This record gives sequence, structure tokens and C-alpha cells, in this order.
Amino acid sequence: MKAISVNNIYRNYGDVEALIDISFEVEQGEIFGIIGPDGAGKTTLFRILTTLLLADKGSATVDGCDVIKDFKLIRNRVGYMPGRFSLYLDLTVEENLNFFATVFNTTIEENYYLIEDIYKQLEPFKDRRASALSGGMKQKLALCCSLIHKPTVLFLDEPTTGVDPVSRKELWEMLKKLKQQGISILVSTPYMDEAEMCDRIALIQNGNFLKIDTPKNIVNQFDNILWALSSNRMYDLLNDLRNHPKIKSCYAFGDSHHITISTDNFLLNDLNIFLNEKGHKDIEISPIKASIEDCFMQLTN
Amino acid sequence: MKFFSASQEKLREMPIDMRQFLIFIKKEFYHITRDKWTMAVLLLLPILMLLLFGYAITTEVKNTRLAVYDPSHDKATEAIINKLQANDYFILSQILTEPNEIEKVFQEGDIGLVIVFGERFYENIMHTGEAQIQLITDGTDPNTATTLTNYAMNIISSYRLEILTTNNIPFQIVPNIKLLYNPQMKGAFNFVPGVMGMILMLICAMMTSISIAREKEMGTMEILLVSPMKPIFIILSKAVPYFVISIVNLTTILLISVFIMGVPIAGSFFWLITLSLIYIFLSLALGLLISAIVDSQLIALLISGMALMIPIIFLSGMMFPVENMPIGLRIISEILPAKWYIVAVKNLMIKGLGFSSIINELLMLSGMTIFFLAISLKKFKIRLE
Repeated sequence: MKAISVNNIYRNYGDVEALIDISFEVEQGEIFGIIGPDGAGKTTLFRILTTLLLADKGSATVDGCDVIKDFKLIRNRVGYMPGRFSLYLDLTVEENLNFFATVFNTTIEENYYLIEDIYKQLEPFKDRRASALSGGMKQKLALCCSLIHKPTVLFLDEPTTGVDPVSRKELWEMLKKLKQQGISILVSTPYMDEAEMCDRIALIQNGNFLKIDTPKNIVNQFDNILWALSSNRMYDLLNDLRNHPKIKSCYAFGDSHHITISTDNFLLNDLNIFLNEKGHKDIEISPIKASIEDCFMQLTN
Repeated sequence: MKFFSASQEKLREMPIDMRQFLIFIKKEFYHITRDKWTMAVLLLLPILMLLLFGYAITTEVKNTRLAVYDPSHDKATEAIINKLQANDYFILSQILTEPNEIEKVFQEGDIGLVIVFGERFYENIMHTGEAQIQLITDGTDPNTATTLTNYAMNIISSYRLEILTTNNIPFQIVPNIKLLYNPQMKGAFNFVPGVMGMILMLICAMMTSISIAREKEMGTMEILLVSPMKPIFIILSKAVPYFVISIVNLTTILLISVFIMGVPIAGSFFWLITLSLIYIFLSLALGLLISAIVDSQLIALLISGMALMIPIIFLSGMMFPVENMPIGLRIISEILPAKWYIVAVKNLMIKGLGFSSIINELLMLSGMTIFFLAISLKKFKIRLE
């Protein structure tokens, strides 16, 4: 039995199509990432799978239960952490956890081993109200609350948004440990660099899945020549590169621009000469390996 | 590490549903008690409203300043002036010496009523049986003006009656107005039932709908729905804390009105409480209905404010008599739960009538409760939309 099985799910909000005939499967004990920008349809997908929304067309099962017919069973079994921080700000850390433990028919003690690693960090603040926690701490508490009943499938909608890099890393390490406990995890994120933490990922944009594969395969399938460039005038550089006929695409990536080349007979040196003529200084060009983000850009083109 | 207290050990033995229900109610009380302002408003509002309506916003006429122009200065005019002063309604503040001062004292603003006697007042009564007296009030406030002249007329008539009887002139009928149940026309008699109808509706309907809307707004409703907890329990456990608070409020209102404002509970205490409990359930059902329809706290506040509070204030008969309203407004007033409640409370508390006098109201309110509860359960969403 698959942990999650989705068949041609379609959903619209008026004229806006949020999900267009999405299909995919998540294996037991797999971390499956839904990677895409804001507004791509990630949250809608999560809500349909957690029985909060109904799809207009298509079917889906979670842990073998139909999302419409067996919604009560699903609600008993899964853990869900919404994208927005959704705990009680006026309750303390411990009160929040205790409340959700009771709502899920369990106690903190019973499944303490599951949350121990994270909760240890929260414990010094257990009498502090949730409103007084930092962003990272809030997400850790939310994760504890969604885990306290040892769910079979865990839904995490953008758990690392608004979280500092250290806490992000800790959260992902936590997910790896949960996977070893046999919990299947569906996680979404807008951060492309987190994709490689997943066993498999789906790249989503405008309600369409562009690709479903392991992060490694997706990167390996990238078949263009990819260079990273920087100069003293980054904005002009972007425009100059985009206007060059032999450059297929050019995107700004933090401190450098990534370009793909359309023909083989365009060499690094040719580009260097071209940019020198345009008056750029401190030019640095280096061939690089594609990242998930490069693949995403290529697929959306 | 210690997660369990003794009471939680006991909780473990209860059925699952009960445990969820109890922790949910506990959580609701945390929300209420930790928000000091909400807490203060919930507990002090009834007191504030009672005092406001009982003392400040009053239609009673008390301590009106009186000016007199009395060219006669005789036995009769003095007696009438004394009688006018001898009660709470009027205070003699000015004796006018010329008729043209009348306009001036009204413009200065603190005089409410001017009494002008005719010349040779006493002589005229005795000889012709006719004497002239003129009452002048400020017509820009017609309600007060009517009340004032009525009071003054009553006082003057009573004097006339005295003269007629002492002088052995054949008996004459003098109009005598008597106000049943509330002989002193105390405003509190009218406002206590009104405030009860308003406060209970406010606490139950408004607060319940807002607190459910808050769960939706904060996103916690999403987590609660994706949990084993039965959706109907989420909603019911929201109603319990506000039910408790309304009972506290009901008690405060009754205590204040009986011991401070002097409004008696003339009729059956048992039926008054039963009636109020039904009304509380009705208000809770309305709150649940509102929360089933709206998703934001602001809209919940507006709907309960506009659709519940304003009609209660204006159309329930609390401030303005329903009988004088155009037919459209009268129909609206008929479907207001508060109107039925207020009428029944007046019957029980003020008039001291028994159970038989409120059967209609009791049935109407029970019917409405079942109706609203049925709709809100039908409208309740087990999903986000």
C-alpha cells in the first residue's frame, strides 16, 4: 500500500486553476518534497490530502483511506502542520503540547521518544507563552504538536519558511529521523536548496507538476551548458547577457547570474571578449553543475 | 520530568470524548482569563450597562428647574407653587417679575418649565370658578415636554380637588392618571429586563461567534479539523465557557437590580431562571450559526453587532414602544428573540405574574432555539469550506 496516492486531482477557485490533473504516489517511509514558488498550488494540495478541501475532480488516498469517504479515519491517523504558525499564542509551550496530545487521544509521555530531540531544546521555555518564542522555536513546537500522536503520514506545509538556517537544518535532520521510524512525510518548500534533503521531489508551478523524480536524477538530466557569471555591474550584466543571441537563458542567482548556452561553438573566451567590449570589469565566468533551481528554471521555460 | 498532575491521572480514566471536551473547555478558559481586557469587559459590561441605563440614560424627569411668573401673589398661587416644589420632579429656581423674562430664561437653558399665573388668581377661582394658568415648556424635546406638563397638570389638579372639597362645592370629576406596576415611572423597571436581554445576547452570541472565528483566522481550526476530535465537540466546547459567564452575568444583573436599583422580583424566581436559561441557549445557538457562516472575527463582530444588538436596542421595546412603530418594524420586532424574552421578564419580575402569563413567550423562545440550533448544525462545516 502506498502512503499517499493521488489520481488526476483537479481544483479551481473561480477562474484560477489551483491544481491541474495532478497525479503522484508516495511510498511508505519516504520523504516526498513538493517544491515550487508561492501560489503554485502547494497548500491546496495539502488541504485536499488532509481532507480539509474537496477536489473538483480526481481521487486520492492517504494511508489506504479515501480522502472523501474515509475522511474520519484519515483525521485520526495523519499529522498536519499548516504553513502558517497555527498554535495558541496565549498558551504556554507545555500547554499547547498537552492540549494537542489530549485532542489526539494520547499523552506527551506515550510518544515522547518521537519528539525528544526537538522538545529538549524547547524544554527550558516550557512555561513561556508560544507568542514569545522565536520563529524557529515556534516551528519546532508546531512539529512536536503534529507528531505527538505518532502519525502514519506527516504533512508539513512549508515548515522552514521564516526559520533561521540553523533551525532549518535541525528540522530537516529531524525529518530524517522520523523517516527511520517508518513515518511517511509529504513536505513542501519554496526553497530549492532543501530539495536534496528529500528522497523524491515534485517540481510544481501554476498547478502543474513539471517533474517527479529523485533530486539526483533531476540534476543529472540537466543537459545544457551552465555558466555562472559576475562583474562589477550586475544589473547591466543581466541585460547584456539576455540580449546576446547565443545565450539561451539568464537568471539572477544571489551573487551571480546563471546562463545556459544554445550552441557548442560559443566559448567562455568569446563571452569574456563580448563583456569587455560592453565595459564590464572584474568579470568572473565559471562552468558549474546544475542545481535544482537551475532545473526548475529550465523546466518552466 | 513530570507531565501528570493528579487531576490528569483521573482524566485518563474518562472516555476519550469527555477528555477532549474537558481539555478544550480548559483551553477556552485560558483564552478568556489570560486576556485581561476581554475578561474585564465580560464581567463589568453588565454592571456598566445597568448603571448607564438605570441612572444616566433616563427618560425620567427629575429635578427640573422651574420658573414662576406670579402677578397674583395670593393664597392659591402660593399653595400651588409649594405643591410643585414638594416632590422630586421640580425645583423652584427663579421667580420672574416680568412676562418678557420668560423667553430669556429658556434661552439661558437651565429652566425646564415656566408657570404663568393669571391675575387675581384666587379671587377668580372663588367667584367665577375659572382661573388661568399657563404652562410653558421647551418643545424641542417633545417627550420631556409632555412628561413635564403631565406632571405639573397632575399636581395642579390635585390642588383644585382640595379647594373644591374644602369649600363644599358639589363634587367634580378630576382626571386622575395612575400608572400601574410602576407608579413612580421608574426607568429601572423598564431597563433591567432590557439590559438582561441585551447582555445575555451580547455575551453568548457575539463572544461565541468571535471565538470560533478566531480559531479560523489563526489557522488552529485547520489542525483541530484534522484531528480525531468530533467537529461538533469543537463547537459545543466553545459554547460552555460563555454559558458559564452568562450565568455569572445573570446573577450580577439580578443582584444589582434587586439590591441596588430596587427592582423587585415580584413573580416566580424559578421561571425567571428557566426562561433566562432558554434565552441563553438561544443566544448560543445564534452565535454558533454566525460562526458557521463567517470566517473572520471582524465580520463576526459586525454581524452580531448589526444584526443582533442594534435591533435589540431599538426594536425590542426596551427604549421605544413597539406599538408606535410602522408595521414593517413591528414585524421585525416580532421575530426578535429579545423582544419575547424582555416581555416575559417584565411579566415575571415587575408584574409578578405567574407561569401562565409567559407560556407564549416560553414556547416561542424554545421554538426559536431549536430552529437556530438545527440550522447551525446543518450549516456547520466539517471542512474548510
